[in-house]
Amino acid sequence: MEILYLLIPLSVALVFVVGAAFWWATRSGQFDDLEGPAHRILMDDERPSQKITSIEETR
Amino acid sequence: MQSPAQENPNYNYRVVRQFALTTVLWGIVGMSVGVWIAAQLAWPELNFGISWLSYGRLRPLHTNAVIFAFGGSALFATSYHVVQRTCQARLISDRLAAFTFWGWQAVIVAAVITLPLGYTSSKEYAELEWPIDILITLVWVAFAVVFFGTIVKRKTKHIYVANWFFGAYILTVALLHIVNSAEIPVTMWKSYSVYAGVQDAMVQWWYGHNAVGFFLTAGFLGMMYYYIPKQAERPIYSYRLSVVHFWALIFTYMWAGPHHLHYTALPDWVQSLGMVFSLILLAPSWGGMINGVMTLSGAWHKLRTDPILKFLITALSFYGMSTFEGPMMAIKTVNALSHYTDWTIGHVHAGALGWVAFISIGSLYYLIPRLYGLTQMHSVALITVHFWVATLGVVLYISAMWIAGVTQGLMWRAVNVDGTLTYSFVESVKATYPYYAVRVVGGVLFLSGMFIMAYNVWKTVAGKQPIDARIPQMAPVAATA
Repeated sequence: MEILYLLIPLSVALVFVVGAAFWWATRSGQFDDLEGPAHRILMDDERPSQKITSIEETR
Repeated sequence: MQSPAQENPNYNYRVVRQFALTTVLWGIVGMSVGVWIAAQLAWPELNFGISWLSYGRLRPLHTNAVIFAFGGSALFATSYHVVQRTCQARLISDRLAAFTFWGWQAVIVAAVITLPLGYTSSKEYAELEWPIDILITLVWVAFAVVFFGTIVKRKTKHIYVANWFFGAYILTVALLHIVNSAEIPVTMWKSYSVYAGVQDAMVQWWYGHNAVGFFLTAGFLGMMYYYIPKQAERPIYSYRLSVVHFWALIFTYMWAGPHHLHYTALPDWVQSLGMVFSLILLAPSWGGMINGVMTLSGAWHKLRTDPILKFLITALSFYGMSTFEGPMMAIKTVNALSHYTDWTIGHVHAGALGWVAFISIGSLYYLIPRLYGLTQMHSVALITVHFWVATLGVVLYISAMWIAGVTQGLMWRAVNVDGTLTYSFVESVKATYPYYAVRVVGGVLFLSGMFIMAYNVWKTVAGKQPIDARIPQMAPVAATA
């Protein structure tokens, strides 16, 4: 089963990548507020824009 | 400081619209082929003696069309929509986004042509030959650049949980595709895998099951975490749990694949490893399922009147069922009965029709009108009809396959007192026949639902002006930061 010499190190490397992502997320405050984000997607302004063809009209 | 005058003030809904509408088209194509080959299993003469229409060639066309064309387009549409809305930023590149659309359509058309012609790498769910594999890689890299680039330029500090699921899906599928499709071309349309024998089988199912986990699960969970709260107009039951769900799933997924190779030449300990990891997966899966369903806690009445929520919540019920059934089937003793029988096919379709298709259909019914500045589909009644027709179809399909599968398993293992087999193989085929016929009926019902959807979508969008939503203006303080 030589293939495991590829697949197992790959999984281990991946766990470290995931771990690094988790570490970054924690350190950068992604998990500081675990209530607000759930509400924020609902407060999104959903009104469709008026047909804007030129940027100038909006200025 | 970036000049706002250069920046398009709207979201890029064009690519979302393109993918959303093609999802419906490819759903009809993929499921039609599915119904056809289901009918071939009951009535084999339906291949009309034409090799291009034989089961062996149309089956990979069916799986590729429903997974990558239908499911893939749905994932492109929703991930592009969700990442823009939750990051309050336009996709970083319209041209790259357009390339992912046309590139992906080219992959699908190439599959529709080459698979019936018999060009196949013979790797399940990765049958496409090497030139198409290269195109897939290019499109996928562009997809990753557009998606992660948009996250990088986000105007919100927090990255909403759905984006984590979409992001994990994009990165993992890239890795799986590259490792599994490593092949040596011999001619333009023929290549051989760089792995051989049981090594190849191990890579194949490492790919195959992780594709289930990251393409068919993580990606669609991204949809679930955005469209269920939006449609229910309630925040997700526990945002904290959704974060735990994500990290638990990501940390534990990778080693479920060997359960596809129980009782084969794969070393016994690797099989057991696969079984254990499959069982572990039950926990995060059910956590996520409960989290999604409980979003309706205190608002259950909405399920009575809102067919889109019916689709979304039923999808989660099927997700819960499949993620319970899967680990059970991964247990070696259960697998001894279920392996190679139609029970597996039933299990796959509980996930594919019940979870993947239902969550996609529900999300699209939410999404499509909003891409045209509308708030709902042409006919809500037709969505309700679609829901019931599709549900009846899935239930008929999976119960027929459960009965067929268990019957096959029991007949194959039955032995007489003298140790000889009680039944010949063809007797089990004969016993399966009525269930194959029921399966066709289930498939036809599910497909009819897609036609109802196509009609409803047509009536919703025909002659309407596509409208790109405005990116909300930020607070002045944040703008100068």
